[in-house]
This record gives sequence, structure tokens and C-alpha cells, in this order.
Amino acid sequence: MTNHYCDLKNADVVLIMGSNAAEHHPIAFKWILRAKEHGATIIHVDPRYTRTSARCDFHVPLRSGTDIAFLGGMISYIIENDKYFKDYVLNYTNASFIVNSGFHFEDGLFSGYDAKKRKYDKSTWVFDQDGRGVPQRDMTLSQPRSVFQLLKKHYSRYTLDKVSSITGVSKENLLKVYEIYASTGVADKAGTECYALGWTHHTTGSQNIRTMSIIQLLLGNMGIAGGGINALRGEPNVQGSTDHCILYGNLPGYLKMLSASLDTLEKYLHKYTPQSKDPQSANYYSNYPKFFVSFLKSLWEDKATKENQFGYAWLPKMDDGKAYSTMHLFDAMYAGKVKGFFAIGADPAVSTPNSNKVRKALQNLDWLVGENIFNNETYEFWRGPGVDPTKNKTECFLLPAAASMEKEGSQSNSGRWVQWKYKAAEAPGDALPVGEIEIKIMAAVKKLYEKEGGPNAEAIVNLKWDYLDGKGHMDVIKVAKRINGVFLEDTVIEDKAKGTKTEFKKGELVPGFGNLQADGKTACGNWCISGSYTADGINKMASRGKEDPTGLGLFPNWAFAWPVNRRILYNRASCDVNGRAYNPKRKLLQWTGDKWVGDVPDGPWPPQADRAKGKYPFIMQKDGLGALFGPGMAEGPFPEHYEPLEGPLAKNPLSSQLINPAAEIFKSDMDKVANASEKFPYVCTTYSCTEHWCTGALTRWQAWLLEMQPELYVEIGEKLAREKGIKNGQRIKVSSIRGEAPCIAMVTKRFKPFRVEGKEVHQVGMPFNYGWLFPKDSTSDSTNMLTPTVGDANTFCPEYKAFMVNVEKL
Amino acid sequence: MKGPELVKLIDTTLCTACRGCQVACKQWNELPGLKTRQLGTYQNPPDLQWNTWTLIRFQEYEDKDGNFEWLFRKDGCMHCTDAACVKVCPSGALFHTEYGTVGLAKEKCIGCKECIAACPFDIPRYDGATDKVYKCDLCLTRLRADQQPACVKSCPTGALTIGAKDAMIRKAYARAKALGGDASVYGDKFVDGTHVIYVLGQKPEVYDELPKHPSVPAAIIVWKDFLKPLSLLAAGGVLAGSFLHYIIHGPKTPDDDVNTKEGGA
Repeated sequence: MTNHYCDLKNADVVLIMGSNAAEHHPIAFKWILRAKEHGATIIHVDPRYTRTSARCDFHVPLRSGTDIAFLGGMISYIIENDKYFKDYVLNYTNASFIVNSGFHFEDGLFSGYDAKKRKYDKSTWVFDQDGRGVPQRDMTLSQPRSVFQLLKKHYSRYTLDKVSSITGVSKENLLKVYEIYASTGVADKAGTECYALGWTHHTTGSQNIRTMSIIQLLLGNMGIAGGGINALRGEPNVQGSTDHCILYGNLPGYLKMLSASLDTLEKYLHKYTPQSKDPQSANYYSNYPKFFVSFLKSLWEDKATKENQFGYAWLPKMDDGKAYSTMHLFDAMYAGKVKGFFAIGADPAVSTPNSNKVRKALQNLDWLVGENIFNNETYEFWRGPGVDPTKNKTECFLLPAAASMEKEGSQSNSGRWVQWKYKAAEAPGDALPVGEIEIKIMAAVKKLYEKEGGPNAEAIVNLKWDYLDGKGHMDVIKVAKRINGVFLEDTVIEDKAKGTKTEFKKGELVPGFGNLQADGKTACGNWCISGSYTADGINKMASRGKEDPTGLGLFPNWAFAWPVNRRILYNRASCDVNGRAYNPKRKLLQWTGDKWVGDVPDGPWPPQADRAKGKYPFIMQKDGLGALFGPGMAEGPFPEHYEPLEGPLAKNPLSSQLINPAAEIFKSDMDKVANASEKFPYVCTTYSCTEHWCTGALTRWQAWLLEMQPELYVEIGEKLAREKGIKNGQRIKVSSIRGEAPCIAMVTKRFKPFRVEGKEVHQVGMPFNYGWLFPKDSTSDSTNMLTPTVGDANTFCPEYKAFMVNVEKL
Repeated sequence: MKGPELVKLIDTTLCTACRGCQVACKQWNELPGLKTRQLGTYQNPPDLQWNTWTLIRFQEYEDKDGNFEWLFRKDGCMHCTDAACVKVCPSGALFHTEYGTVGLAKEKCIGCKECIAACPFDIPRYDGATDKVYKCDLCLTRLRADQQPACVKSCPTGALTIGAKDAMIRKAYARAKALGGDASVYGDKFVDGTHVIYVLGQKPEVYDELPKHPSVPAAIIVWKDFLKPLSLLAAGGVLAGSFLHYIIHGPKTPDDDVNTKEGGA
């Protein structure tokens, strides 16, 4: 979240799109209801009517996978009807930048496309620069090659008729949402957006979010109380695990994973340290080397020296142009290229798309290690449906893990609040926290490498992992301090602006990431979280102050919000160029002439009207401004509507590019696709329910929860049920070209057919919380028997939310 | 909690049907989760039963103009002032508490099921295995320990609140007024006022299983307020008791003892 949960109450309009907030964030949803109590309009745009829809002012159904078309229409509406917040767009976004003349867009493709590689050469996706190397700007926004004019042109194709025909949303409903949401494009109104897996689970997932970012920038809704783009993340610690690099392309704190061609530290730092020639751009990522070298030092301390590039060579490197997502992992495992597999707190035999392929892939392993609080379908794949245990060679281990309430540590919520929690009960039997299991396994591996050597032995032998306490258990405080960062030598830090010199002693915790050094004097496990543990021993993550000085629900003394306890990111954009709050009723920040008062500001510099010392508000962007034109994405700087990998249409109504041109296509014999097929005519979407969590690997053991949601079901509209002769509560079969899922039909008024390109398109929906292993007499299995192995072009988040099925009576 | 009279307010317009209350009730009262089947609805178990004292009813409602709303109503004991169940209970198991609510001393219950027949809201449920009747007691032990009932404690949205009777009724009317339209208050106007009241988003008659004019059955009034005092003077008590059973239940059949352990339906 750019903002945080409590801040949702400050919104005038809440657009819930790509999220079933009431069902999946039932406690956080109270903040949305609080906004409603204050008179806010709450809108739910979603393929199905859910418990969230029931509590919103109104619900607008749209065909799954057409969010960009819907939002692209909104961008067009905002521009054509002059609803954008002009002062903000002009000063705080790159609307005025002039785009390189080589950049173009034609028939669904941007310049630089390589059809063979399904990748773009982005060299034309750049701005023209003046003599100093600063992007050229046209402050009238009228130059045809300005970002603003290109944006306007791009989305002028998203007419009401076109969008309605693609999405299946009536023109009346489109206009209703556009008008209400666009009403926040003024100084004293705030609109916020809440999304979750409903946006990320698409081949266009990242661009769904990008499209909304453009809208928020146009309306001046970024960096303000009650605004922002808010990913509602899952319980208990999705935010924390992402911050600490659960995704293959990241290192802790969103530092970039290494690739083979970057074979020296210098090359790596050159590539990932952005340069800006604009003196008003803070370009905060120019500090990248400090964060990265401190991270290397956190792994190897004394062994990481300037001479050996701080151990850079020891880190594993990805092959250039290759991705390593879970889908790639199982694709390689299916091809027999993976020997061993750790599945920690995971049940991929249920959760990963195309479960039949995943389960086949698991059979190719030599060994499998599970770490979990319960057994699950992955650890038992060798005796799963259709598998002959006598023919399987895989050696399987299951290590009992402590549950989250059986260990101390931090959990981070979606609002980036890193919150400390304590152990409530001892773990049963031999169960250990997974962190401790990892430390102990690594210690044993280290001993073997010390004795026997092996490839890249130095990386392992030199690893500084002294995280055990006197009794041989994991010491989470030691880990927390290492994440915060520490001085490894006596260090004097000079602040030239303030004219101060501060001395820090070896072993002292760093006050924040501003103190990290690129010369090896500091070690820091995760620069984002730096500042969470103070030198005088205060664990800020454990702070529980309820003070709310701004009255906006920032609660600055409750836990630690990264970065540097900032509660709302880009908050200097809530003020005009002179530092006066745009909205005096919700004053998040104010420049008093010598300092900012309110939230922790995005940097200490004066507001940007001060041409000498002032800085632009979007400090993590190279150019310091919000990116309407975003050249970082895999499929283009402006989001474009593409159909899901599997959809009901043979042709994209907007261009000749049917699907995301940058999405990787998996090609194994089990990766079948049936687009616009008569055999599989219905759009299917999958989701969780309130009563279960993810694969149900934790909740299916719980009788109270199972009693409420006992088995797999498919939600079907009344009209489709009539056509197929299906009765409510009847056991039926849902199938895709990849597999089958028998389940119970839930015939409902909440699903209605869409009118898409003149055709009637039915949509059905299924939860993904079930598997064969338990309850003991389970008649269900994974919904992911149906889903395709395909994902977003930037993140490889799988497309669980839109694919094609058939439904039939058994 | 401080009385004398308490009212629990169920604001259906804030309920997200998360069913935290349904689970919290089972947790506090140590009620088991039983085997169920998916019957084509989120409502599960399909009805109140001996192990399910509160239940969210899910209802797909379309008005005459085709406007759709998914209605959620937390069902459970209404804790009547003029409580038919207390009136008919021969063993004293059902009783009025100091908060005006209706308690259930289950050790005293003899499984006669008079209360089931008498309840205008169809709340108490019988369990053949223990030969007793069960229903919500609004977490009497928690109230006495100055704690909110488990359902109220678990509610994340403020749909469930509890407090002094007058204040809660005022709150309910203010809320219904603010909501406008067909929003209404349900509960304070009959059986001398219930200690659970609803703010309903729609008119009461829209909701499944919600009686429009609940009242204590006439036969019970005749019996309890007129015949029973007389019968105590005469030796006809047993006979009159049987007669009452007959006019409420009809002839006894073996089905009366069906155990709903399998989750019903």
C-alpha cells in the first residue's frame, strides 16, 4: 500500500476493483465502512457479486480479465472531460516530458517488439533531453510528443462503446463509475483504490495496477490522505515476505537479483544505480550502492572485502533473459532438470496452476523436504490420486514447524507496518520455527563444505550466520538487529548540509538507511527496514503508542512503518509547490518555512518551488515525478488491453494482438490452451473464501471452518444453470482442456451473463481452497487442475483469474 | 456488564457475513463443528441446530424492480421480555437473567421440548444424544464477568454492539433514520421488547425466517396465565400438561427425536 489500512477512512470515494475486501480482509474492511459512514461512495467493480458488493453503494460486474479496458476508458473520460487535477499533473507528473521520436504504438504493439523473443527493446521508450541531460518539457502540455498528448491519443481508442463491448459493462454503468471516481480530481477530494489478487492474477496483472496509477496521478490522488493505490495483502505476512525477497528477481529490500552478464560489482552497480542530471530530482536510488554493499556485508562481514568486491562473485546469478518463478521451477522439474525441492509452508500441488503438471513434475524429484505445521498434498504427492507409490523413487521428508503464534518475530501488514509479536504458546513436540530449521540445516551444510569443499564453497563457508542464542535456538532479536543494520567500524558521518559530524562506534546499530555506507563500514540485511531497532535498544516494531497527532489515523508511534516510519508514501505531493496542503481539511504535511510538519516527509528538502534546494516529491523515481509514461514495464509504457491467454474471443477488439505480447508461453506437452473454443465456452475465475485460507492447508483441519465451507463448489448464474439443466446443490463437473474438478453447483442470482462483442458470455467462479488429502473423506481436489501455466510478463504471477471451462452434469 | 437491562443490536447493514460470530460462539461455548455438505449456499449449517446457536442467514433478494441485494441476517435467540420459552419450561432451566435476557441452566433441562414449540422465533434446538435443548444465553458468564458476548467481541465491523437497553434502542432508531428508505428497527415492539434487536436494511417481511408479528402462542397464555394456576389447585395438572403438549405438538412421533448431528438437510 502507498497508504495504510486506517487511512482508508479518509477517502471520499473508494474504488474496490480486483479485490473482495470484505471477504478477505474482514477486519480491515471496517475502515472502508468508516469512510462510508462519513459519506464516501464505495464502488465495487468485480466479475461477481460478493459479500463486498453487498456492503458497497453499488456493484458493477465486468468480464474477468478486462480491467485495463475498463480503466483505459476512465483515463479517456478524465482527459476528454477535463477532470484531471491540472496543478498536480503539471508539476508532479511527467505529463510535460517529450518522448523520443522513435517511440510509437501501432495495432497493439509499441516500438521495439521482437516477436520471436516475445520481448521489447526499450531503447525508444525514452525522453528527449536538453543540453544538461535533463528531460525536455512542454509546460503547455500541447506538444504532440508530450507524454500528456500521447496518453490522450492512446486512450482515445477506449471509447464507451468499445469498452462496453469488451468488458460487458453497460455504458450507463461505465459512466456512473467514471463520473463518481473522476470527481476526486480536485484539491479537497480523495479517491483511493483497493486491489488484491483480482488484479495481480492476470497475464496483464502489473499493468492493471499501472493503469490505476495513471488515473491516481491524473486526479492528484497519490501521496495524499485517503488516496493512493492500496494492495490489500494476505494474512499473515505477505508484505513481510515480499519485503524480504520471496520473489526470485529480488534481494531483500527490493534490491535486484544478479544476472550472469553483470559479472562484476561495478557493472551491477552501474546498471542499477540511476543517474539524474536534474538538480531538483532527489533520485534517492542513487544511494543504491550503499544499500547493496551493506547487504553483502550482512552476509559475509569481514570476509567481504573491497578486494573481493564484497563477495559479489559468491552470490548466485540468473541467466540473462531467463525467469525463475514457481511456474518456471515446475516447468524445469517437469522436464527432469530439478533434483531436490524444499516446500516450506507451501502446498504447490494445490496452489500452483495446472496441478496435473505440478504433480507429474514432483515425481521427477530425487528428494523433497517439507516444512510445515500440517501435512499437505505436496508432501503426499507420491500417494496422490492416480500415483502408484511403488513406482516412485522420491525420498520425502517432513519437518514439523512452529505455527506463527508459537514464535516471536515481526509480521508486516499491507500498510508496511512492521509489527512485533510475541510467542503465545510453545510449539508442540519437535516443531521448530522455520528460521531455526534453516539456520541448522545451513550450519550442517557449512560443516560439510568446510570438510569436503565444493562449487562456490566460499559463499557457504564464509557465511556469517550467528543467529543462535546460548541455548542453541534462533535469536530473533539478533536477526532483527542485523536487518536494521550495524556499524562494522568506528565511523564518522558528515552532514554537509547541516554542517554536522557524527561519530558512530563499531557494533552500534545504524539509526537508519541514510547512514549506510558503500565502502563496507556498515552491514544491513534489509535497507528498507533500517531504523526499526535503535542503538539504545528500542525495538520500534514493538511500540504500541496510540497517539494520533494529525487526526488522520497515522498513529506514528504504533509499530514501525518502512521507510523511516513514513505512513503515506510520496506525501510531499499532498502539498502544492510551495508546501501548502492542497486539502486543508486533511492536512497530511505542511512546509513551515524551514521544515515539514505532519507525517515523516519524503525527504527533508524544501518544496520544489525553491529552485535551488527544493526537490520533486516522487523521490524514488529517477526524474522525481510520477510516471504517466512508465518505461519500466515489460509490455509497454502505457498499459494496453489484451485478452487473457484463454478467453471467449478469437480476436482482441482493440488490435491484432490477442494476448499480452510480452507474456511467456510455456510449451510442455501438458501446457494446452483452448481459446475461443466451443468445447470450453465459459469464462472461469478462481478465488478464496472468508472461511478458508489459500489452499486450505491450515483451515481444512479446522472443524468450525470446514462446517461452514465443507467442499469445492462452483458458482453458476441461474440462466446458465437452466441451459445446462443443473440444479442447485447438485454434484457436477467443471473441466478445462487441462483437467477436471468435480464439485457442487451453487446456482445463484449473483452471476449474470455478459454481453461481449455481441455475444452472450457466461462466467462461473470457484474457490481454490480444497485438496484431496483432507478432510479424510474429501470428495474435492484442487481447482488448479483447471488453470493454465501462464503469468504476468513482469512478475509471473499466474493467471488464476481468467480461463475457459465447460460445466456439465455428472 | 452493567444492566439492569441490556440490548444487543444487530445492524444488518454493517454485516459482511464473515461469520466470525458463528465461530466465536462455538469457540466460547465449546460447541463442536460437525460434518456438513455444500448444499448450494454459503449458509452452513443450513439451520440453527444444537451445536449452532447463532447462524448467518444468506438470502438472495430481488425486489419487484429487479434490484438485487444479498441479505445477511444473524439469527439466534431474541431474548424476549415476555418469553414463551420461560413460561412453558417446567424445570426452571430457562430463566430471566438480571440483564433481562433469557438464560439456560442446561443441567436442569429435562428435554421436554416445550420451549421449542413455544418459541415464536423458532430458536431452541434439541439434541437427542444429551436429551437436552440448546440455545444462545447471550454469554451470560461473560456478561457477569463484565465481558461482551463472544459474537459481539468477534465482530470486526461494528455490526454487533451491546449496551443499556434504552441507549441501544435510541441508537437503532437513529441508524434506521439515517439509512432511510425501507430501513427499520425490529424487536422492541413485541413480546414486551426483545433484548436482541435488529436494524434491517429492508422491511421485516423481506427476510426469510423472520416472523412479522411474533407473539407468545395463545395456548400458552391460556395455560400459563389461566389454567396452570387453576391446575395447581386441582389434581388435573398432569392431564392438563399432556393436553397442552398435544395442542402444541400434535401426537408424538419418533421423528421428534431425530438427532441433527449430521448437519441437517
